[in-house]
Amino acid sequence: MTNEEAKLILSERMERFIGLAATHLPDDVLEKLAECRATETNEMQKTLYDAYFTNLELAKKMDRPCCQDTGLMHFYMTVGAKFPYLGIVEEALRDAVHHATYSVPLRQNTVNYFEERNTGDNTGERIPWIHWEIDPELDDLEIITYFAGGGCCLPGNAKVYKPSDGYASIVKAVFDTVSDLGINACPPLIVGVGLGTNMENAAVLSKKAYLRPLGTHHPHPKAAALEDALKEGLNKMGIGAQGMRGNTVAMEVHIESSGRHTADIAVGVNVACYAHRRGVIRFNSDLTYEIPSYKDADAYMQGTNRTNCAE
Amino acid sequence: MKKVLTTPVFYEDIKDLRTGDIVYLTGYLTTGRDDVHHRVVHEGLTCPYDFKDMAIMHAGPIVKEGEKNVMVSIGPTSSIRMEADEAAFIERTGVRVIVGKGGMGPLTSEGCKKFGAIHCVFPGGCAVLSASHVEEIETVYWRELGMPEAVWVMRVNEFGPLIVSIDTEGNNMFVENKAYYAEQKEKCEAPIKELVALYMDVEQK
Repeated sequence: MTNEEAKLILSERMERFIGLAATHLPDDVLEKLAECRATETNEMQKTLYDAYFTNLELAKKMDRPCCQDTGLMHFYMTVGAKFPYLGIVEEALRDAVHHATYSVPLRQNTVNYFEERNTGDNTGERIPWIHWEIDPELDDLEIITYFAGGGCCLPGNAKVYKPSDGYASIVKAVFDTVSDLGINACPPLIVGVGLGTNMENAAVLSKKAYLRPLGTHHPHPKAAALEDALKEGLNKMGIGAQGMRGNTVAMEVHIESSGRHTADIAVGVNVACYAHRRGVIRFNSDLTYEIPSYKDADAYMQGTNRTNCAE
Repeated sequence: MKKVLTTPVFYEDIKDLRTGDIVYLTGYLTTGRDDVHHRVVHEGLTCPYDFKDMAIMHAGPIVKEGEKNVMVSIGPTSSIRMEADEAAFIERTGVRVIVGKGGMGPLTSEGCKKFGAIHCVFPGGCAVLSASHVEEIETVYWRELGMPEAVWVMRVNEFGPLIVSIDTEGNNMFVENKAYYAEQKEKCEAPIKELVALYMDVEQK
């Protein structure tokens, strides 16, 4: 396969996959959301969850984005050092986003700084955002897609504390974020906490934290205990779905960490809304693929959309 | 039993509604967000759509435009962005029902009390559900503002659920909730701070 052929194949498959991920929630999120629904007893909360689930069914049936805010496209990549088409991946993803904007359709959300003009196709300066990690042994490519919506990006923050502030600074940062702007970010939320050396390192880890499969834990038992304690504590505040008083504001709290400078504690907090459109697709070296995040992905992927879109 | 408001909506129809009540809307629902509020309140323009006794939705829809415009997706946007102008907007236009996402602040609750209006929340992210209650886009005004900011006049049938967040007495669910959460926060943080109190200690190998 030439690079040109590979680019077209990857771009078409990713365009279709973006459509799948915009219209469906991943299996683990659906399952968790159903668990959250079961915790709620008051009429208002039940009405909200009824609306959530009816909407998700309609979105699937009518093949429309489940939320009108399809965000800006973020791709979190893990690429094997031996993957043969590395050079064409970025361009293929830009093409896929461009085409998906019209064929899915995605809302036109992308504006470049200083120009302040809508680009019209959701590509822009460094957008789609592509974050790379390299696996030295493998020859495949894993892509996690995420629709970074306006409402759920707004609460995010990262800050560096002094060691004398201790781990209590982490607790406070999480509670402040969720109880202030988090309540408007369409709870129940997945709360990502990144602990790093400095601000940007913590911020990136907070993103990786909420992209983890739901229900997984940090490998260190103290961190895992803190994840559970934060989830329980946040839910005790009584915030509930849509910030309208209920039992569950956090579906999960996930922590990711790196080493820290002995003189700093850097904390990033990032929240994802209940419509957690996190898609995972793995391409083999011959660009055949598997989709672990949705059990019924095959039927959707066999359809096409590029042919009938008006641009 | 489903409580359905039908446009035009008069003070009598909404005066007994209280925060937390759930209603549905039949008749006309018309979009208007940041730019529409700016034009009416700050530029002194008269909106070509008469909002008197009608309903406005803070929303930027995806419309498939053609001979007949089709509503693909219409989720509510965060109402709080309109907080600075909403009371004046109610006064100028006589709008009765405001639909959006999340809460609004004390300026709007004051306006709702003074001029007899309510603010309701439609569940966030439920864009296909809401589009399914839109029967027809009857017309559009101020299209030059762009698709999200234009005034889309929709005929809707039992559009909802709409949860009353500000009532005609000026009760404001979100302002009350925020105070409640602030009260809860310290109490809920305390046991976790206790859990991590010794986390700075060096672990023994």
